[in-house]
Amino acid sequence: MWSWVAHRVTGFAIFFFLLVHVLDTSLVRVAPETYNAVIGTYKNPVMGLGEAGLVAAIVFHAFNGLRIVLIDFWSKGVKYQKVLFWIVLGLFVVTMAGFLPRHLMHVFGGN
Amino acid sequence: MTTIADPKAPRAPRPGPGRRVTRGNVEMASWLFMRISGVVLVVLIFGHLFVNLVAGGGVKAIDFAFVAGKWASLGWQVWDLLMLWLAMIHGANGLRTIINDYAEKNATRLWLKVLLAASFVAVVVLGTLVIFTFDPCPAGAAAGTLPSFCPAP
Repeated sequence: MWSWVAHRVTGFAIFFFLLVHVLDTSLVRVAPETYNAVIGTYKNPVMGLGEAGLVAAIVFHAFNGLRIVLIDFWSKGVKYQKVLFWIVLGLFVVTMAGFLPRHLMHVFGGN
Repeated sequence: MTTIADPKAPRAPRPGPGRRVTRGNVEMASWLFMRISGVVLVVLIFGHLFVNLVAGGGVKAIDFAFVAGKWASLGWQVWDLLMLWLAMIHGANGLRTIINDYAEKNATRLWLKVLLAASFVAVVVLGTLVIFTFDPCPAGAAAGTLPSFCPAP
């Protein structure tokens, strides 16, 4: 139930980011300076934390999506759906533990 | 003789035998597409996030020259084009399901879907055109914004 809610909420949020992301990337066709000015806003600390949240949403949606595929296509998927959910959460924690320090270092580390 | 009122709560008429309840195998195809595209998108988007946010200088290293450097290779053009199309269809189809679940009025559902379809077409066409018409070395660009492989102005 909660995995279903979280899958729906993260999918909804990711879709709206995707619309904005295609628009901001399209600025490469306007002028290099225009693109650089707008993508520059992605580099401030507040946006950096937003990106961490976005990646968290994507990572959960990805692993839980693979769990849904296993439940639907693997003969033992339904039987192990609860175990699979704990595996999803475990993979989520491991992936974010790999991503977050590196990303936060990029965002907050001076250079 | 008195008749008692129909005790049922008001509700939308159930689809009768004359009304189509499902549209062939469209929903089945949609269900299958979500799973197949989902698996492909995990690979495409994890690769995208790794190259753009983890490897190299991360988000702070993204600028016009970075994008131009990637799209100089056909591989990244195909990668991004496939990601754009699959993610937009997967996402728009997900939103269609959400609209069907929560928008109860027929008119609301219709207008939300019209809005969704319009956004889908606009973003997919725009994104596709950008990938195919991209010029990594546009004339008149400010100094220092172009990738190193562009000829000196």
